[in-house]
Amino acid sequence: MTATQSNVFLALQTNDETRPIIEAIEADNPHAVVHRYPAMVKIDAPGRLVLKRQTVEEITGVEWELQSFHVNLISLSGNIDETEDELVLAWRQ
Amino acid sequence: MTDKTTAAAAPKKLSLKAKYAQLTRGLGWETTYQPPDKVFPQTHFEGIKIHDWEKWEDPFRLTMDAYWKYQAEKEKKLYAIIDAFQQNNGHLNVSDGRYVNTVKLFLTGISPEEYSAHRMFAMLGRNFAGVGPQIAAQMQSIDELRHAQTQIHTISQYNKYFNGMHDFRHMHDRVWYLSVPKSYFEDAMTAGPFEGIVAISFSFEYVLTNLIFMPFMSAAAYNGDMATVTFGFSAQSDESRHMTLGIECIKFLLEQDPGNVPIIQRWIDKWFWRGYRLLTLVSMMMDFMVPKKVMSWKEAWDMYFVQNGGALFRDLERYGLRMPKYWEQTVVAADRLSCEAWNTFYNYAAAANFNPWCPTAEDMDWMSQKYPGTFDKYYRPRFEHYRELEKQGKRFYNTTLPMLCQTCQIPLVFSEPDDPTQTCYRESDYNGMKYHFCSDGCKDIFDHEPEKYVQAWLPVHQIYQGNCFKPGTDPTAKDFNPLAAVLEYYNFGPGDNMDYAGSPDETNWLKWKGLAKSGPLKMAS
Amino acid sequence: MSVEIKTAAIDPVRQTFSHVARRLGADKPASRYQEATFDLQSDCNFHYRPLWDPEHELYDKRRTAIRMNDWYAFKDPRQFYYGTYVLNRAKLQDTAENNFDFVERHGALASLPKGLARRIKAILLPLRHVEYGANLNNCYISAYGWGTAITAATTFAMMDRLGIAQYLSRIGLLIDGNTGESLAVAKDSWMNDPVWQPLRKLVEDNFVIKDWFELFVAQNLVLDGMLYPLVYGRFGGELSQAGGSVVAMLTEFMDTWYAEEVKWVDAFVKTAAAESQENKAQLSAWAREAAARTRDALAPLAKLIYLEEARAVLDDAGAQLQARLVKAGLTV
Repeated sequence: MTATQSNVFLALQTNDETRPIIEAIEADNPHAVVHRYPAMVKIDAPGRLVLKRQTVEEITGVEWELQSFHVNLISLSGNIDETEDELVLAWRQ
Repeated sequence: MTDKTTAAAAPKKLSLKAKYAQLTRGLGWETTYQPPDKVFPQTHFEGIKIHDWEKWEDPFRLTMDAYWKYQAEKEKKLYAIIDAFQQNNGHLNVSDGRYVNTVKLFLTGISPEEYSAHRMFAMLGRNFAGVGPQIAAQMQSIDELRHAQTQIHTISQYNKYFNGMHDFRHMHDRVWYLSVPKSYFEDAMTAGPFEGIVAISFSFEYVLTNLIFMPFMSAAAYNGDMATVTFGFSAQSDESRHMTLGIECIKFLLEQDPGNVPIIQRWIDKWFWRGYRLLTLVSMMMDFMVPKKVMSWKEAWDMYFVQNGGALFRDLERYGLRMPKYWEQTVVAADRLSCEAWNTFYNYAAAANFNPWCPTAEDMDWMSQKYPGTFDKYYRPRFEHYRELEKQGKRFYNTTLPMLCQTCQIPLVFSEPDDPTQTCYRESDYNGMKYHFCSDGCKDIFDHEPEKYVQAWLPVHQIYQGNCFKPGTDPTAKDFNPLAAVLEYYNFGPGDNMDYAGSPDETNWLKWKGLAKSGPLKMAS
Repeated sequence: MSVEIKTAAIDPVRQTFSHVARRLGADKPASRYQEATFDLQSDCNFHYRPLWDPEHELYDKRRTAIRMNDWYAFKDPRQFYYGTYVLNRAKLQDTAENNFDFVERHGALASLPKGLARRIKAILLPLRHVEYGANLNNCYISAYGWGTAITAATTFAMMDRLGIAQYLSRIGLLIDGNTGESLAVAKDSWMNDPVWQPLRKLVEDNFVIKDWFELFVAQNLVLDGMLYPLVYGRFGGELSQAGGSVVAMLTEFMDTWYAEEVKWVDAFVKTAAAESQENKAQLSAWAREAAARTRDALAPLAKLIYLEEARAVLDDAGAQLQARLVKAGLTV
């Protein structure tokens, strides 16, 4: 861990489907900063950002396929690792 | 599970990763009846070495069933909105008639390139020799077709009510400044498959594409253009897959062989610069063309390239890559780029397929605030001079054709990196001819591959050579008007070009909105 | 008494794009298929010769021997553009998903007669490699063909063939309990078993056909035109009779898909043949040559499936193809 870590980011459309996703990201990434733009939410985080299926399901109370978040995804940055349980964005340095 | 006969009764659940691996397992073609070099003839000539195509990772592992399902969901949403937009005359909800000029720029400058990308990724999908990159490229190929088609369907409504985009692909192949995006994509497509993917997937999609879509779409949202926001963000949901292809391809190529590193660095240098020059059009869109502005070009460049691109290249340092050559020049020029570009279009409004205008007083104040070091000093006086001429009824149209850069094809309008008051000129000699460039970056690109860039179809040269007139035009006729003949070749009709003030678009807009004619004077006051 | 709703007149300046209007002969409302398809590909003022083919322009009509006055004469009878395509496939996919779910939940494949399961493994699973070959061939046409009417249709076909390869893989996974063992065995058989070698050679030979329209004929018209009736049509019927209606559920996608493929492929060939005597002669020669090669390549597979009836079945598949060729205007 270096003192100045690069940000990774995730940008999502603003709508009712992404509301719980954003909430889940905020819960699992206390270091993340959420910026709200017209029609778009951009979430920056130093070094690493994780989106967990389980957290979204806990918020909504229903089963959720992680792959479906692509429908509302606008952009991202960082190395990507996706499984059915979580999506991780990270820089390696 | 030892008893194979019961295996079918109790199958283990497959993870996403395992499912993708199994479904594509062994599908790659290792030909034996035909030599591999004949089946995949393009994988060697660029000097890139691949030892194991299986090492290519597709982090999203999208199988076709999931692809159809999710894409259909996106299309259902998108077309519902397009339908509503059309039924409700949604084009009347934009902030101002001037805004629609960004849509014209988009449909004539970007949508045809979505189709080019569709074709290019089909080429890559066939020419890469491994199943992973083949499938990733093929999915991008069909996605790009989607983008071209959804853009046309969305903008179709604007075309019915506004000028400048009615023959968008015809114009794309002919209009002077549209050769900038056209030559950019054709450059990538005519290169080998590895340079092509480094050019488009990495240098463009991963490093620069955020600068097109994020500001364009945020601006569309802010200016009440719900249709464009919707297709834009819907396209972006595919784009994140494409960006991932970009970063994965770079890592794959770098990891395969250390000899690949210098080749790739050179491609990144070239394609960063080429992409940056292309984005000149975006800079003026952000700073001048959207009536309600979201952020400045400089802010966007800082956020998406300097910060985010910087993070990316720090991550890639471990492979021996560095930031693209001349990136520092782009930071210095961020204070000037959009002004130099908009000034050019103001000058050549007679030959562009949209309606430029002199910035209003509020526009200029916004620029002063965003560019405190440069706007008032270098550019405000020029725009105020234009406005003065307009007041006298002498709107300035430049009728002298400009010299174009042999590489990026933009007129030589950019300033010296260390002096905003001097125009930057570079030149090279090749086979007894002199070639001209707008920058060190463009000159370097030419010098490395002169035999390619001497072929460029430069619109100004072509006009002077008489290649931009409709068949049957007689340039020796007594009343021959070259500009009129070129515009006829472009298939421009009334209102496609010239200033926004007094244009049919402005007249219609005011009528539809029930507004009084304000004209340039009031707008400018 | 009539009520007049007063609104400001907001009349469109035009009904459609100029290039579409030129094709329709007038400025009138156009379909989404037309606006999404017509003239989308650049056709002039190319900048650079391709490093990979300096003899040609980036897009070049001379990449095929077929000559057309208008390359947008080709009309997809399904009128697919991307949106209608994926919506249609999502429906088929939904049905397929339910079918696979049903078979999996009921362990239906486990109850198949042993011989039948073996036949499915031996006959259906290696075909995933043929499908992926068909994917690459349609990809080639999308890469080097001329005009959106062609490249859009072949791009949809390209993704369909990947989808079918993956459905075949899933049948294997249902049989082997997701171990993938059956797919490994099928690949080995595909690479080494004499039954498959002529077909594998045929696909590889098709890979190196340079003329994209010839490849269209060899793959989409001829190979598919014989393979599908041979395998999915007749064999599917036989499987159903032997208690394998389960298999029919798993190959339903392929049956529906093929019925649809025939329509647009025939329409395209017919359009090209109707253009000129030269086209007709060229297409006929290609089809004859490909039909002979393809029949030979399929013979061992026919024998594996139908034993002594193989010849008759092949004749029948050949006759079905002949009928299509004649209907499309070719001389056979």
